[in-house]
Amino acid sequence: MFLRHFARSAATVGAAMLCASPAFAAPRTFTVVIDKMRFGPLPAPLHKGDVIVWVNKDFLRHSATAKDHSFDVDLPAGARAKMVMGKTGAIAFVCRYHPGMHGTLQVQ
Amino acid sequence: MLSKIALFSAAALLGMAAPAIAADAPTDPQIAHIAYTAGSLDVAAGKQALAKSHNKAVRSFAQQMVRDHEAVNGKALALVKKLHVTPEANPTSTSLTKGADAARARLAKLSGASFDRAYIDNEIAFHKTVNGALESTLIPSAKNGELKSLLETGLTLFREHQHHAEQVAKEVK
Repeated sequence: MFLRHFARSAATVGAAMLCASPAFAAPRTFTVVIDKMRFGPLPAPLHKGDVIVWVNKDFLRHSATAKDHSFDVDLPAGARAKMVMGKTGAIAFVCRYHPGMHGTLQVQ
Repeated sequence: MLSKIALFSAAALLGMAAPAIAADAPTDPQIAHIAYTAGSLDVAAGKQALAKSHNKAVRSFAQQMVRDHEAVNGKALALVKKLHVTPEANPTSTSLTKGADAARARLAKLSGASFDRAYIDNEIAFHKTVNGALESTLIPSAKNGELKSLLETGLTLFREHQHHAEQVAKEVK
C-alpha cells in the first residue's frame, strides 16, 4: 500500500516536472537529412526533449549511433526515424556502417 | 590517364597481362559498365569471404561490401534503365574481371588466416584501383549529371571501404 502510494506520488511529481519543462522551452522537432554519404546540417542549439527526425535519402543503409551509446538509430535506405534528445551535452555520433560519416549534437 | 596507370598497376599486381587501354576518354555506357562490373566483382569477393572466413572483423567487412555494392549496383541499374543507356563492355571492365577472377581462384586455395590476409590485401588494392580510376577518369569523363553524382557518392563510399579494409588489415596481420 505504502509502495503503491509512493509510486503514485513519484509519478505525480514526474508528471509535474514534465509539464513544467515546456515553460522553459517547448520541445521542437528538427530534421537531419542524410544524403550522398553525409549528414546534413545539424540543428543548434538543441535542448533536452527536442525531437530529431533522421531522414536517410541515400540508397545505402546508414545509422546514427552515439559514441556514448545514448542513442542508436538504424536507417535503412530511404528510411526516416524519430528520436528524443534524452540528455544534455556534446554527443558525438557516427554512422556505424560508414564511420567517416560523423557529427556532434550540442544539447543544452 | 592516371586511372589507366592505376588499372595497369592493379593488373600487374594481380599477376595478369596488361589490359588493352582505349585511347579516348570512356563514354557514359562504358563508365556504367566499368562501375557496375567493379561492384559485382566486389560482391562476389565478399560472398567468397563469407563462405570461407571465420574471422569476425573480416566477415563484418565482407558483409558491408556485399550490402553496399549491391545497393550501388541496384541504383546504377535503375539509372541506366531510366536513361536508356546500355552499359558497354570495354577493355577496362574486361581487365578488372580477369584480375578479380584470378584473385578469386588464388584465394579459393587458401584458408584460415592466410585467406583472411589475402582477401583483405586484395580488397585494399582493388578499392585503391577503382577509387583512383573514379577520381582521375570516370568521374571527370561522365557526361550525365546523375551518373556523375552516383559515381561521386560511390567514391566517398569506396574510400570508406578502403579505410575500413586498412583497419581490418591491422587486425589480421
